[in-house]
Amino acid sequence: MKRSLLGFLLVLLLALPASAQDHLATALTGLGDGFGQTAEAVERLGALGDPRAIPLLRALQDGTLRRTPAGTVLLPDDTDAMTGAKADAAGAEGVRINNRVRQVLRGALGRLQLVSPDAVERLAAAEAVFRTPGLENVPLLQAALARETVPRIRAQLELALAASQLRADDPAGKRDAIARLGTAATTEARALLIEARIVNPELATAINVSIAAIEQRLQLRRIAETLFQGLSLGSVLLLAALGLAVTFGVMGVINMAHGEFVMLGAYATFMVQELCRGIPWLAPWALPLAVPAAFLLTAAAGALLERGLIRHLYGRPLETLLMTFGVGMILQQAVRLAFGAQNREVISPAWMQGTLLLPGGIAVTQNRLWIIVFGIAVLLVVVAAIRFTRFGLEMRAVVQNRRIAATMGIRTGRVDAMTFAFGSGLAGLAGVALSQIDNVSPNLGTGYIIDSFMVVVFGGVGSLAGTLVGALTLGVVNKMLEPYAGAVLAKVFVLVAIMLFIQRRPRGLFALKGRAAES
Amino acid sequence: MSASLAAPAPGGFGRITLRLVLIGAVLLLALLPVLNRLPMDSALHVSDFIVSITGKWITYAVLALAIDLAWGYAGILSLGHGAFFALGGYAIGMHLMRLIGPRGVYGHPTLPDFMVFLGYQELPWYWLGFDHFPFAVFMAMAVPGSLALVVGFLAFRSRITGVYLSIITQALTYALMLAFFRNDMGFGGNNGFTDFKELLGMPLNTSSARSTLFYASLILLLGALWLCTIVTRSKLGRVLVAIRDAESRVRFLGYNVTNHKLFVFVLSAMIAGLAGALYVPQVGIINPGEFSPGNSIEAVIWVAVGGRGSLVGALLGAFSVNALKTWLTTVAPDLWLFALGGLFVAVTLFLPRGLIGLFSKAPK
Amino acid sequence: MSATTPLLTRRLALAGLGAALAAPAFRPSFAQAAPIKIGVLHSLSGTMAISETALRDTVLMMVEWANSRGGVLGRRLEAVVVDPASNWPLFAEKARELLQVHKVDVTFGCWTSVSRKSVLPVFEELNGLLFYPVQYEGEEESKNIFYTGAAPNQQAIPAVEYLMSEDGGAARRIALLGTDYVYPRTTNRILRGFLNSKGITNADIMEEYTPFGHSDWQGIVARVKRFAGEGKKTAIVSTINGDANVPFYRELGNQGIKAEDIPCVAFSVGEEELAGIDTKPLVGHLAAWNYFMSSPGAANTEFKQLWQAYIKNPKRVTNDPMEATYTGFRMWMQAAAKAGTTAVDAVTPALIGQKLMAPCGYEEEMLPNHHLSKPVLIGEVEANGQFNIVWKTPNAVKAENWSPFIPENANRRR
Repeated sequence: MKRSLLGFLLVLLLALPASAQDHLATALTGLGDGFGQTAEAVERLGALGDPRAIPLLRALQDGTLRRTPAGTVLLPDDTDAMTGAKADAAGAEGVRINNRVRQVLRGALGRLQLVSPDAVERLAAAEAVFRTPGLENVPLLQAALARETVPRIRAQLELALAASQLRADDPAGKRDAIARLGTAATTEARALLIEARIVNPELATAINVSIAAIEQRLQLRRIAETLFQGLSLGSVLLLAALGLAVTFGVMGVINMAHGEFVMLGAYATFMVQELCRGIPWLAPWALPLAVPAAFLLTAAAGALLERGLIRHLYGRPLETLLMTFGVGMILQQAVRLAFGAQNREVISPAWMQGTLLLPGGIAVTQNRLWIIVFGIAVLLVVVAAIRFTRFGLEMRAVVQNRRIAATMGIRTGRVDAMTFAFGSGLAGLAGVALSQIDNVSPNLGTGYIIDSFMVVVFGGVGSLAGTLVGALTLGVVNKMLEPYAGAVLAKVFVLVAIMLFIQRRPRGLFALKGRAAES
Repeated sequence: MSASLAAPAPGGFGRITLRLVLIGAVLLLALLPVLNRLPMDSALHVSDFIVSITGKWITYAVLALAIDLAWGYAGILSLGHGAFFALGGYAIGMHLMRLIGPRGVYGHPTLPDFMVFLGYQELPWYWLGFDHFPFAVFMAMAVPGSLALVVGFLAFRSRITGVYLSIITQALTYALMLAFFRNDMGFGGNNGFTDFKELLGMPLNTSSARSTLFYASLILLLGALWLCTIVTRSKLGRVLVAIRDAESRVRFLGYNVTNHKLFVFVLSAMIAGLAGALYVPQVGIINPGEFSPGNSIEAVIWVAVGGRGSLVGALLGAFSVNALKTWLTTVAPDLWLFALGGLFVAVTLFLPRGLIGLFSKAPK
Repeated sequence: MSATTPLLTRRLALAGLGAALAAPAFRPSFAQAAPIKIGVLHSLSGTMAISETALRDTVLMMVEWANSRGGVLGRRLEAVVVDPASNWPLFAEKARELLQVHKVDVTFGCWTSVSRKSVLPVFEELNGLLFYPVQYEGEEESKNIFYTGAAPNQQAIPAVEYLMSEDGGAARRIALLGTDYVYPRTTNRILRGFLNSKGITNADIMEEYTPFGHSDWQGIVARVKRFAGEGKKTAIVSTINGDANVPFYRELGNQGIKAEDIPCVAFSVGEEELAGIDTKPLVGHLAAWNYFMSSPGAANTEFKQLWQAYIKNPKRVTNDPMEATYTGFRMWMQAAAKAGTTAVDAVTPALIGQKLMAPCGYEEEMLPNHHLSKPVLIGEVEANGQFNIVWKTPNAVKAENWSPFIPENANRRR
């Protein structure tokens, strides 16, 4: 694609009159002298409308543009940006840019690429021009609009045009622009209108109408986004608590090292990523591969813990609690010595980065969306495993009546180990998810352990539905309180509320009924 | 809970022997500040460091005693006793802050430094009265006591027991930690209180102040031990043990289980608060880190290591674990967590009755 | 308690046995005099281990380096490492142990302000000497502490001035985000005073605090976006601490906040912190420090080589507090040499006025207020996790530990 674009540019280049070379040379002066001068040069290049500037500006953006001591500007392939001829690259140094240059650069590239043959580039260009409005954009945008056929790009172009028209002297055009921005419902449009209101007090009423329209739609969107944030937090809590729901809810084992298993899962993700890094075709699949790897690793660690230590303490949940606290200390320090105390970098794959625009303009971050999906998927797997597999059947049998299960030929010890391993494996899965939003450090698990316990207790010990409802309720309530009370107080309120709730219903939301509840 | 624990009275080792060892240990402790006064080059000289650290351990031992009273005798495993300890510490810390007076960095006559640079105009109402020592000591007991009363009343009334109670109390101390971290609470946020100058007219950075606090802690320890012994030996204590082992049965026999548990829980919280009040002037700082759930669990583990259900065991556990920690954090700064974690695992697995169990025959 | 055998790890063994192992080819002979003891008071476990272990290693590296060059005053240096485990009362206890039991001559340690405040009375009572290597909020001065990190005027104020300049994007609206503890609170108070003096009203300042290790930044980043949508160029000033930074920057990247639109300048994010983040979405966001690993100059090259050789990892990064530790250590060596002793009362006056060509590329000087003169550098995050220095002061700036923007300092007791 890049090559075809270059070809297209070359055609344009040949068609240019010779005098344009001089314009380019004038425009280039100062490029690389200082950030201010570079920004001005970029501004001039953008206004020139000369397509030869595109590769130059691109190289500048990527940090690959260089300048020789003699002042010749070099493209990455050592050709002179002005003439296209090979040049002597000796002593050339990279042209450095900062945010100011980057901002001007975006606008300049946007203006130049409004007529690009590539639709994606045109859309990006329209967005860039929208963010850098100016009087000089108006004819460019009008020309582009006349040619544009893709509706989404047209809409963006119209917004950009409106933004630029706000700066024009034409009152009718301005009113038109104000009305059009009023339909945009973005914070950027509102910002433009607020700025315009200061400069154009005579248009204040029209502007206020538009701002009110935007506010109304933003308000709705804000509620939807808060809900999403709550669900996202809820799904994180759900993932962290599911493992506990199994080990604590089903087996009655308090595993204070649960947080450390989550942490191990995150480190497993890191290790899988490092293993895949060398193999290009495998690298994008590192995260999906980490899911089984983390599960198996933490499940094995869980089985080891259960067989080695915990089984000697059955029926003594408080001692188990204290012992697993010691195990947690050991695990944490072991990881710290093995991997270092510093954070480890787990890269998010491209499909988990950035924002997704849902219908209605609701912006949701991709990584959190995937974590919600992942949380639900894991929950379904757990339900299926308990309902439909032989292991699940045996597990339920042992929970209901250990002795009779044993007389029926179920090896209860093995079921215990497998149940605990399963719960630990779920903690590992939580670690995979957390590696995408939190630090991968030895302390990772400590921040989640108390919240997970609260979710399980609140939802009702031994009830998966309770865990789900509990986690989502806590997440949403927390996020709804946060704007009013601040992050800390919101959390404190939620904790106190749960404590009070448990006084009322000691067995949680979804209490088990019958004899099992009395043990 | 089906755990059956040893009766509190150690068997074979003999109560008399145990008492002699205890008296010896207390005398030895009481001697430390005296040995500290000996000239530096004397073979028996004990450094300031040893005195101050032992003084700190004594307050930890009192905390362990408080936990053992609730856990070992009444089966109430609170993972939030660090909160009571810290609240007692904050009460006395507020008094110490008030005593700094105009000697603070900004020279404000009433406001502590942190309030000055956070822009407070006047002392918040809940700071009133803390310039009086008796009031601060009273609050060091009253605040943890009332909190325990409220939490205990709600929990015991709705028959929250075992691990549920542990989780609730853990959430309690966690919530308190988060709240105290907030600078807007008026308790100095993360930094808490430091830079204390004096207490009851004696400057804190002197040997004599350290000795005085040391003896005060020792007296508190003996007092708490005496009180706990009386409680556990009384009829009330026997009912508590019965509640620990079979709560429903005691209830059916007509005892008011809620009130019994509430009494011992509140008493335990007040003892913990006093321990915290003596801890703070000795270490010179109190901050929300003391509320961290890990601290409370660690304190419970001291009791488990020493031997729950034995008051002497709690003391033994607090001293031995802390001595080990102090030693290991210096000789093995990278590995001490392994040793300590391993100890916790080993004790719960192999010494269900703790170190004290080594000295006494198993019952039956 | 006196049985100090720090032989438990390879690294400690190196430090403990000193030059004998470290430089077998060139073995300086030491006089029979007792070794000089260097206390190292950094958390190796708990929440602060993430930042402080690198400083422990830096001090051990310097001990090895000094021994390979003949020690100090002809005596060998010996490190005494303890682990205060991110527990503030334990810091005070360990400080007392270092001073009274191990009788260390000088201590390098602490990261958080609260740990420093916890040990300060101990160092004053026992007349010890502490080098504190981290940028902090100021409002403190102790005869027993030397502060080798930045004071607020050496970091926060120049950074905000840059954001408000033409080159920095001419921001007129500032979101102050911080972790709720004393450094962000004080820094933001100073900044608010400064911004008000520059004509930015409180309506254009947003201030928000989060707890330590805060991991869910969705709401706050969304609020910042809204705040930025009010019609003026907006910038974020972040005093977010340690662990909370990774989730914060991830959220910033995912919500599409580009540095061109809303630049974020941080005071607690350096090369070490960036090592745990994918920096590609963050290109252009800023940090203000007194040293960057990308600082030019021979002194920095030497420092980086020393570090990477010591840690046996050619990719390990250096950062500002490490440089401050290095600078403090070398100044202490110079002062001890000048004083002819390691006694605190002699070294303290000798330290004042010590100069050193620091790795940041400027000559730094120890001022009478126990702080250093330091340059201020502003760097933009690059895709490779390093910083592109976009602005720097022409000379080293003198530290003002008592900020003129805090009105109460006018009637401060001196």
